[in-house]
Amino acid sequence: MTRAAEAIDPVGDAKAFRDYFIKKFPKVKLEDFVNGPYSLNEDMRKQWEEKEEFPPYEFALDAGKEMFAKPFKNGKGYADCFPNGGIGIRQNYPYFDEKEGKVVTLELALNRCREANGEAPLSYVKDDMASLTAYMAFTSRGKPMNIKIPNDPRALDAYENGKRYFYTRRGQLNFSCANCHVQNPGERLRAEILAPALGILNAMPIYRSEWSGMGTISRRFMTCNSQTRAEPLEPQADEYRDLEYYLSYLSNGLPISGPGARP
Amino acid sequence: MRVLLAITLLISGASGALAASEADFKAAYAAAEAAEKEAGNLRNRWLPTETALAAARKAAEGGDFDAATAQAKEAEALAKASIFQATSEKERWKDMEIR
Repeated sequence: MTRAAEAIDPVGDAKAFRDYFIKKFPKVKLEDFVNGPYSLNEDMRKQWEEKEEFPPYEFALDAGKEMFAKPFKNGKGYADCFPNGGIGIRQNYPYFDEKEGKVVTLELALNRCREANGEAPLSYVKDDMASLTAYMAFTSRGKPMNIKIPNDPRALDAYENGKRYFYTRRGQLNFSCANCHVQNPGERLRAEILAPALGILNAMPIYRSEWSGMGTISRRFMTCNSQTRAEPLEPQADEYRDLEYYLSYLSNGLPISGPGARP
Repeated sequence: MRVLLAITLLISGASGALAASEADFKAAYAAAEAAEKEAGNLRNRWLPTETALAAARKAAEGGDFDAATAQAKEAEALAKASIFQATSEKERWKDMEIR
């Protein structure tokens, strides 16, 4: 059988992916992978646990809660756009929208909510979007990631596109996402300790000391591209949406831990 | 003395031939832009290519067509490398997949 003829098998992929990380890091509890580099490095973990007493994302969390509750000019609010009023639902994003035939991320859904109610969309990479998603993630803390792939060939294609993006080398440095986050988690890349890909999005959005601020999933993907000297795609490009779908699916069952803090 | 004069003329002629003209820059820049457009169609542009193109434009604006042409050629080489990368990765990405 040629590779091209191989069936797309998300269930098999997820099992192989998880087994790889369990074998590579036998001392790390499965649910702990969502804590990124802190799950792999004892010294960093201690520092992080101390920081969590006054977490750097706290201001964003408070701002997000306030923004989420503030009605739009038309009197409606974010709660009107989401199931369960938007509370405790982050683990279900991104989802495949069978009407649109594309992946819809939480960031995209938030901006669509704004636009449907006559509000200007937020920047996908700046503070307000990070604050909103921080609050929504917080209301889902501990809930297992729950990404579904419906029985729709377009959903499988989106999943496969995400996988392709994840493993494809790009940029002048010729790095794929997997080079860092599958082959080398726990290793240093300059001053950073690389996070494992398993559970990497469960902690989003994150406060990064390197950024001196909060960052969304869009910002994380774009920064990764820049670091390989590839020109980032536009936020919420189909490739990024599919990548988020793929990576989130692989982390099904692992708890949401966002918002997170990273060096 | 005649030999010295001949060598001097040869050298000055040779260096004159090496100096890039505005036309040289325009040709080199057009080739680089075309390659970068193809890289863009493959969704695989590189940041250093954009940097080299910008440097080429800046040097040309300052009338330094030697530097401008050299930067444009550098940009073309980078763009072609990104095209090669995108093309070869169309199947090669599967080699890295966790199965």
